[in-house]
Amino acid sequence: MIPRLRLRRRGPADVPGAIVSSAENDPPPDPLAAHGLAADGGPWGPPPVIDVRSLMKTYGHGEAAVHALAGPYDPATGERRGVDLTVKRGDFVAVMGSSGSGKSTLMNIIGCLDVPTSGSYRLDGIDVGGLDEHQLSLVRNRKIGFVFQSFNLVPRTPALAQVELPLAYAGVRSADRRQRAVAALTLVGLGDRMDHRPNELSGGQQQRVAVARALVTSPAMLLADEPTGNLDSRSTAEVLGIVDRLNATGRTVVLITHEDEVARHAKRVVRLVDGQITEDVRQAPVDGPPPAMAPVPALPSSTGGDPR
Amino acid sequence: MNPFETLRFAVGGLAANKVRSGLTMLGVLIGVAAVILLLAVGNGSSQAVKDSIEKLGTNSLTVTSGAGFGATGGATTTKPLTVDDARALADTKTNPDVRSVAPEVTTSQTALYQGTSHTVSQVVGTYPAYFEASNSKVVKGDYFSADDVLNSRKVAVIGSTTATDLFGTADPVGKQLVLGGTPFTVVGELATKGGTGFQDPDDVVIAPLPTVQNAFTGFGSLNQILVEATSATATTPAQNEITTTLMGQHGISDPTALDFRVSSQTSLLTTQASTNQTFTVLLGAVAAISLLVGGIGITNIMLVTVTERTREIGIRKAIGAPKGVILGQFLTESTLLSLVGGGLGVAVGLIGSRFTIVGIKPVVIPESVVGALAIAVAIGLFFGSYPANRAASLRPIEALRHE
Repeated sequence: MIPRLRLRRRGPADVPGAIVSSAENDPPPDPLAAHGLAADGGPWGPPPVIDVRSLMKTYGHGEAAVHALAGPYDPATGERRGVDLTVKRGDFVAVMGSSGSGKSTLMNIIGCLDVPTSGSYRLDGIDVGGLDEHQLSLVRNRKIGFVFQSFNLVPRTPALAQVELPLAYAGVRSADRRQRAVAALTLVGLGDRMDHRPNELSGGQQQRVAVARALVTSPAMLLADEPTGNLDSRSTAEVLGIVDRLNATGRTVVLITHEDEVARHAKRVVRLVDGQITEDVRQAPVDGPPPAMAPVPALPSSTGGDPR
Repeated sequence: MNPFETLRFAVGGLAANKVRSGLTMLGVLIGVAAVILLLAVGNGSSQAVKDSIEKLGTNSLTVTSGAGFGATGGATTTKPLTVDDARALADTKTNPDVRSVAPEVTTSQTALYQGTSHTVSQVVGTYPAYFEASNSKVVKGDYFSADDVLNSRKVAVIGSTTATDLFGTADPVGKQLVLGGTPFTVVGELATKGGTGFQDPDDVVIAPLPTVQNAFTGFGSLNQILVEATSATATTPAQNEITTTLMGQHGISDPTALDFRVSSQTSLLTTQASTNQTFTVLLGAVAAISLLVGGIGITNIMLVTVTERTREIGIRKAIGAPKGVILGQFLTESTLLSLVGGGLGVAVGLIGSRFTIVGIKPVVIPESVVGALAIAVAIGLFFGSYPANRAASLRPIEALRHE
């Protein structure tokens, strides 16, 4: 069974609606420690959120094998070396690439939805490779907030229940759950749409519900797979604005996209071609605000208001 | 995830497809209702047989002429039963377990009363002991007496069907009916026995033996002799005494070659009970099959649901739902289907058993209600576990890609 976790014992500062504008949040008490999944940060500060080494993913066998992720060729042996990628806490990384470049495969592995063929992956200091299914579901629940291109809301479920769902799976008490879900929905500007079902919301609103659901557990990382791919330009701006603000408050964001327009919001852009990283450009420092918010350093005071 | 929330998700899942859930529940409902109702019908019919046999009187033994069905070889000649035989049986010295003996002749005659004609299926000529031995009670008037028998008086006690058919609502006592050309005075009317047999036991005219012999059958053989034992437990010794006495009367020495048969109501009861047992088991088996079919319906619908909601399962897994929660949710859904269906089935079964079905008043067996409901719920758990397991074992990445 899921243990009653420390999530609900956190102070109000950890409630998403009460995010303080400090990029140096204390690392939250690790709920996975009880499962032998303690992060071994060591004495040199917090571990990177994502630490991928020699990651390879191959579909099929033998002649028909497809190397979705392979990395560069080793000049010495001629073998592929696998993908290496490190993302620091508070960073905002855009992974770019055309379809078939391996970016979705990378996203699935980073999101613990798929397992690599070889290589290691440490998420927030935890080696994900050795975890069983139950532990993986805990990791997905506590460490990762997913935002998908196709929103992926649970059908027939009102926005508030939708956002409460990850907290319900975490075993948070009903009253706490409601409070945090309301705060998260208010943060994305949907305080007035809590009882609406997915089919009663526009695409942009659905995606904002998905963002609220992703951040309600205060995860180590927000993982967005083409979050604006199905949205018009105005909704795109809204959703990206929310992501920018979240990153400005210290939330690590990994965003997968093929639009330069979207990638411009990131502090760092990683380009994937044929299963290997061909370009890694830093657009803004890790500790600073995201580039799109650079002229306005402070968090806008109207987080609870309607951004429309 | 507390149980209440799991239940809420399950109700939500079922409510999303009301028609489908309703039809699945209908399958279980029919199964459970069939089990309860069919077992109640089987039980009711055996109860009815038991009642009607008890109405005949459990102490009584019937002696009929002819060899038993199972008698091989048999008697070379068959001596008919006579009044002398009856007299010999009535001897309490040789037959201490016999309380009374009533020789019987039976015929069928047309009765007339003021232009109303009615064919009486059973006209019985006998002694007054017959009334007690056959458990026949008079509600109006009186029985005829031994004196009436000795004097061959033309008096009769009639059954309730005969009374209604001939006299309508009028009191038949004291009135005169014409039976096959002979006038009889009605002295009494019997209480309604009711019954499920082919013959209506209430369509009867009972008159003194010599009167009926004189008017219709002649003074030859008897149809049967009705013997009442002193108690229900004395029927077996009484049966032996009768056999011995009649063997002497008929000059038979070989007990395997009897020319008469002594049958007790108990043996009849046993036969009937075993027949009914078979009947009930057959009905129960048919009902159990329909319950099983209902269970397969649950599996089918849950499999469809799991396939249809694969993507939703993927989403739930992506946001951290452990395997146990998904398993619990789908198991709860299937159990809920069977529980609600079974509950409604119990209601339908209990309501249905208040009506008379093909002439049988169903008697509900309480164990069948509890059992059917328990089996329905077990079926929901069992048949739901395969789809639920399939849902819980889905890999999140494949479930999310599912269209």
